[in-house]
Amino acid sequence: MTTELIKLTAAEIAEKIAAGELTAVEVTEAHLARIEAVDEKVHAFLHVDREGALKQARAVDEKRARGEKLGPLAGVPLALKDIFTTEGIPTTVGSKILEGWIPPYDATLTKRLKDADVVILGKTNMDEFAMGSSTENSAYGPTGNPWDLTKIPGGSGGGSSAALASYEAPLAIGTDTGGSIRQPAAVTGTVGVKPTYGAVSRYGMVAFSSSLDQGGPCARTVLDAALLHEVIAGHDPLDSTSIDAPVPPVVEAARNGSVEGMRVGVVKQFRGEGYQAGVLQRFDESVELLRELGAEIVEVDCPSFDLALAAYYLIAPSECSSNLARFDGLRYGLRAGDDGTRSAEDVTALTREAGFGPEVKRRVMLGTYALSSGYYDAYYGSAQKVRTLITRDFEKAFEQVDVMVSPTTPTTAFAIGERADDPMAMYLADLCTIPTNLAGNAAMSLPCGLAPEDGLPVGLQIIAPAMKDDRLYKVGAAVEAAFTARWGHPLLEEAPAL
Amino acid sequence: MTVTELVSYEDALASYDPVMGLEVHVELGTKTKMFCGCSTELGADPNSQTCPTCLGMPGALPVVNAVGVESAIKIGLALNCEIAEWCRFARKNYFYPDMPKNFQTSQYDEPIAFNGYLDVQLEDGEVFRVEIERAHMEEDTGKSTHVGGATGRIHGASHSLLDYNRAGIPLIEIVTKPIEGAGERAPEVAKAYVAELRELIKALGVSEARMEMGQMRCDVNLSLRPNGTEKFGTRSETKNVNSLRSVERAVRYEVMRHAAVLSSGGTIVQETRHFHEEDGSTTAGRIKEEAEDYRYFPEPDLVPVAPSREWVEELRGTLPELPRVRRNRLREEWGISEHDMQSILNAGAVDLIVATVEAGADSAAARKWWMGELARRANEGGTELAAMPITPAQVARVAALVADGSLNDKLARQVIEGVLAGEGDPDAVVEKRGLKVVSDEGALGAAVDEAIAANAAIADKIRGGKVAAAGALVGAVMKTTRGQADAARVRELILQKLGVEG
Repeated sequence: MTTELIKLTAAEIAEKIAAGELTAVEVTEAHLARIEAVDEKVHAFLHVDREGALKQARAVDEKRARGEKLGPLAGVPLALKDIFTTEGIPTTVGSKILEGWIPPYDATLTKRLKDADVVILGKTNMDEFAMGSSTENSAYGPTGNPWDLTKIPGGSGGGSSAALASYEAPLAIGTDTGGSIRQPAAVTGTVGVKPTYGAVSRYGMVAFSSSLDQGGPCARTVLDAALLHEVIAGHDPLDSTSIDAPVPPVVEAARNGSVEGMRVGVVKQFRGEGYQAGVLQRFDESVELLRELGAEIVEVDCPSFDLALAAYYLIAPSECSSNLARFDGLRYGLRAGDDGTRSAEDVTALTREAGFGPEVKRRVMLGTYALSSGYYDAYYGSAQKVRTLITRDFEKAFEQVDVMVSPTTPTTAFAIGERADDPMAMYLADLCTIPTNLAGNAAMSLPCGLAPEDGLPVGLQIIAPAMKDDRLYKVGAAVEAAFTARWGHPLLEEAPAL
Repeated sequence: MTVTELVSYEDALASYDPVMGLEVHVELGTKTKMFCGCSTELGADPNSQTCPTCLGMPGALPVVNAVGVESAIKIGLALNCEIAEWCRFARKNYFYPDMPKNFQTSQYDEPIAFNGYLDVQLEDGEVFRVEIERAHMEEDTGKSTHVGGATGRIHGASHSLLDYNRAGIPLIEIVTKPIEGAGERAPEVAKAYVAELRELIKALGVSEARMEMGQMRCDVNLSLRPNGTEKFGTRSETKNVNSLRSVERAVRYEVMRHAAVLSSGGTIVQETRHFHEEDGSTTAGRIKEEAEDYRYFPEPDLVPVAPSREWVEELRGTLPELPRVRRNRLREEWGISEHDMQSILNAGAVDLIVATVEAGADSAAARKWWMGELARRANEGGTELAAMPITPAQVARVAALVADGSLNDKLARQVIEGVLAGEGDPDAVVEKRGLKVVSDEGALGAAVDEAIAANAAIADKIRGGKVAAAGALVGAVMKTTRGQADAARVRELILQKLGVEG
């Protein structure tokens, strides 16, 4: 029963709870049991909120018993990335510097999940401050990829993707600054969406790079991602950059998948050196599938995409150097070396020395340098110009096509430790995802098969114009349905048992 | 503290020409902070007016206070500035414990208002134009209290207490262009500029601009150049000069200090300086060896501010009469000299007199009571004129009683004393104290007869044409009536009875 239950999709769980076939407590207990059974190996969670989850589940069951109307995801368990504040529950952002911090407030996203009666199981592991592509930068140890525990689950949201792939939760939340939702989804055979910038409130989401960060839904199916998308998106007066417009009809799109008559762009720049053969093979098959499903395939040229990685590694560190300045040990979190003899400046220096990991320090230093007077124009200023060029490339491309496709990431999951000492190799994992963050539009990753050479999942990236997030789901649902029919089952079924 | 050599002000000016730059921070009187909904009320318990945003908690975000933007635009317009069609906030990155995010949300190269001027009037009526570089929006920091040291400064303190109630209160920073050509009047120009700016801010209703409460704070930049030369000298920046008098003194002191250094062949170090209220001197603060690098960049958490032209014009339409224009209008209406107007201004009596006139008094009487009896009592009691427990309407009533002959000046002063002592309105005081001019002609006539009889020699002089001697008889009558007679009427009666034309 339990094994069956944890393999249900979010949509199925919600339906069964609403119909009285399952209770929310039953569902929650099954997932808590699964976490207990496998998370020692996977390490997807930093904090499991057993009590809170069961309390929320009981409330859902009582609501149903009273005959109250339940929301579309009521009673469905969810794994929340440890970057969103949760009142009364630790929030570490994967960093020692926030060890022991209990936020006094809920992020807008947290509040929306609670209001929708979603059951928050706990907080998931991540690269420290969302800086990384493997979750190895977490101060609390790495997370294993459920397909092969010696491989990385992607990053920064490796805890969320691993929780989905190991059936510890049917839904998860991620954040995507340069690919942190999509790349983990790709390497774990799950679905992840980076909505249009401003679609999901950033209030209460600990900032890495404010102009790039975007929260989004993670799930095992396109429809589940759409259901979650609808719950978390929408205008928030507490976030000035939040979009004040209706959320695109993502659920409707996910229920009516089709590419019939659509023009699909294949980005010329996203292939070549550095791409794994098996990844390109699966990608080419996906393009062929799209053609078979009735799409018109068009090659699009986006020359400025070649500069995206360089621009990203100036903008993101610059903003992070300022965003992370507040972690000084004075008001919350870790405080090191305060023995009564040291000045505030010394205590701050010691706190940061002890509290920040090497990748965070590297980016803070990079960003501090890039913003320095005399260098600003050459670095931060130029990067912003590149950003404009990339946005124009997208605009031009979207004049010709409705969506674009590419591999989500150039390779399948690499081994834990393999790129740990080579930041450049690590940064290349985000080659195909970064342009979307710089331009602010929307993208999805969904499974498109296993690479023949290593048997690990490959992700297909679908890219849509800003505010047209529904197109991702329309195309994604069509691709998902066609692949599932071809394989005879969801891809994740092929993962070895834990 | 080392004794600083100075040269006399006159000697300094004989060789050097001062150039000033003034930076004034004004705390806006908005109900809530610049980027969150916390109250700005003064005097609350430490850290009771804070939230995740103004405490810089992880994840918290700012939202711009629309009233703050409106106030900034009003100030810009009143300073004859251009208002940006599109501008952004910027982060000014530096570390200080009372700044929760370790960056200040401010504006950098895109201020909301720029390129303006303020005409200020000096005591002799001369108008001096101060050019405005920019006015921009930013947030205030929290407040540190250093405990255990001798002076309240961080040096020697055992620990510091932080209160973030002030963190995030909206500030407008108004920066002048270099003020040249003021010459020996530089201290006076500086003071007049800050005074005029304060009046302007108050008239706009965007802040109470009370300098003693820190709602308006001034930094004075000063440099000297040899007379007849163009190139600016090295400047000093005297921080937190927080009263009008101090602004004047700080400029004067720095002129004398710079001149002493320069004329002895030394060089001025670019540094910040502390101002000392006790003796009007300044001492060196931190030396700016290199320009501090604040690593400004556009604030990504806020969208640009783009005030529509319609809105700006609408706000322009609501601007009140400028203080200087109003003062000149009132001075002409009242028919008084520049000097008298300045005294009224210094006494803080302009609005009180206007209100008293509006309550029915004529302006001469209103001025007389506020600038005479009331100013004297305020001065004795060490209080502000406006804080005296008497209203313009009550003063107007006293003036009316004098005008219709019910009271003379002496009695009127007693009525005012009664009002100030809380005995009620002027009519109630007149009633209770029995202060009424004796107007019973019979009783008055008897008192006059009595005085003539008792002072026969004087009466003869008057009969002989020395009308001026009547004053002595008037005095005698006033004495017997205990001051409650109308002196003018008494004089008339005396002259009439002695057969002399007045």
